[in-house]
Amino acid sequence: MSRFGTLPRRLGHLVLIAFGITLVTFFLLRLIPGDPALAILGTSYTHQRAVAIDLALGLNKPIWTQYVLFMGRLFRGDLGYSFFYSEPATTVIGQHLAPTVFLVIYAAVLAAAISLPLGFVSGLRRGGVVDQSARVFFTVSFAMPAFWLGIILLIVFSVHLQVFPISGFGAGFAGHLYYLFLPALTIAVGFSTVLIRSLRAATIATLQAEFVDTARMKGISRAKVLRRHVFRNAVLAVVAVFGVNLAYLISGTVLVENVFSLPGLGSLLVNSVSNRDYPVVQGVTLLFALLIVAINLLTDVTQSALDPRVGQEIGE
Amino acid sequence: MSQTWTTHPSQALLRVAERGAKRSRSTGRRRLVLISGLVMLGIAIAAILAAPLLAGKSPTALDVLHPLAPPLTPGHLLGTDQYGRDILARILYGGRIDLAIAFGATSVTLVSGTIVGLVAGYFGGWVDNLLMRIVDLFFAFPFLVLIIAIIAMLGPSIFNMFVAIWITSWVSYARIMRAQTVVAKKQQYVLAARTLGYGRVRVMLRHILPNTASAVIIFSMVDAVGNIILAASLGFLGLGAQPPTPEWGTMISDGQNYILSSWWLATLPGLAIVFVGVAFSLIGDGLADVLRPGER
Repeated sequence: MSRFGTLPRRLGHLVLIAFGITLVTFFLLRLIPGDPALAILGTSYTHQRAVAIDLALGLNKPIWTQYVLFMGRLFRGDLGYSFFYSEPATTVIGQHLAPTVFLVIYAAVLAAAISLPLGFVSGLRRGGVVDQSARVFFTVSFAMPAFWLGIILLIVFSVHLQVFPISGFGAGFAGHLYYLFLPALTIAVGFSTVLIRSLRAATIATLQAEFVDTARMKGISRAKVLRRHVFRNAVLAVVAVFGVNLAYLISGTVLVENVFSLPGLGSLLVNSVSNRDYPVVQGVTLLFALLIVAINLLTDVTQSALDPRVGQEIGE
Repeated sequence: MSQTWTTHPSQALLRVAERGAKRSRSTGRRRLVLISGLVMLGIAIAAILAAPLLAGKSPTALDVLHPLAPPLTPGHLLGTDQYGRDILARILYGGRIDLAIAFGATSVTLVSGTIVGLVAGYFGGWVDNLLMRIVDLFFAFPFLVLIIAIIAMLGPSIFNMFVAIWITSWVSYARIMRAQTVVAKKQQYVLAARTLGYGRVRVMLRHILPNTASAVIIFSMVDAVGNIILAASLGFLGLGAQPPTPEWGTMISDGQNYILSSWWLATLPGLAIVFVGVAFSLIGDGLADVLRPGER
């Protein structure tokens, strides 16, 4: 078997998924009850405008022709026209991209900083103080809506202690780091519960592995076995969880951006719903889904680079 | 008993030998988790059903003389909002929507997803391939974004919130149930049933389902927590319940405008969400211990 195991097949699978994603987003517009032109125009409906929209969206053509046209436009980077912003949807989306990307990466880094030590120690000292507190933390924060936690943090740190701003994106890199700390922390807390739990399980499983016993029997020091053998293998198992749960991070972003009034894709998505700006809704959905496919691919590649066994099992 | 690290390399050998002896949580403690979850959920449901008795006032009645009254104000145990509406009444009545989603959305997707998973796992071949590719496709989207997109097209309302969850949420159950079915299909009892000449439907529903249902049932408790949070999230974003209908998420959203002066508006409904969420989590944990002992 090749160095990359089943990676080529996984790649083919992801291309298929990407194709399916375009199909789903295309059909999203068909969910609009009644006439899409009427829904888009709302009170400014006139027959001429409706005909113009039908022509612009190609609604007068058979559905499969419409899909082919949609794909054609997609490959040219055209997501349609935002009637609300009077700009191409791609331009509108591009303007809202930066805060979201910054926030997702920031939250992922914070989540890793919280969960790596906590998860590892919980697995190492099962039933210990850290493990018990992490368990309580997990049970409670699992049932805690991200947007509510965000508001609590706002009340404590922005209103009473006044150490962080209430909203806004800040200027410059340091400004972003400062302004986005509470939003990123909000997402990270929810995300790290998943990470802590899987790192704990992975650590426990690794501790039971025979290679750890072998290392101990060879007389390698405890600290070194923990660092070189247990931690590395446990973290490896968590990389996959990280990729799979990226969708969770993005859902968190959508909510938290609305709590902290950040001008990102999440706010854009929600505002576009009330503005009936369907091309933007379609575009943001498509972008997020393709992003997840891309990151999953990246996770696969990282994993098989870190651990040659990944993807080699038959039937995977 | 906590996991302790052996102090001497030779003791690692001992540990290998001891590994067979598994310790387990006592039955009493296992039950305790389940029972405390059920009691908490029972309290929540009773309080919501008895809302008219407990609150004593309408969730939309205005007390214009006492807007933004803090908790423990006489006549308003949990205070009032910006229009002088009683927070306790709004939390109790609002819970009806959130719990309706927890039960209504979860039960439908539990049943439909389980059936899809059973069929895919049992039939295999192209049926399995097709169904599982559809499942993969749904998993490619961030869940909340897909729900929002569907609601965007259908129009924001409580009913469309149900529809959006019904369309998307069955996929987790299908994936779990398929994995269980694929394993069960090769077991002796299924082969025996097939040898006896039982039809496919009977083998699936009477033999495989009872033996594998615990996994999806346990997951449905986790999913119920997710659906409550989802309902509240959509309400918060203005895509679920519409004002003046009380709902926990919309209450938090309303309250956010007053966090500078009146913290109780946004925080108290969230506590209700956490309470019900923890109840479902405990039930799920307890069920996992009771239904599949030895797997934790």
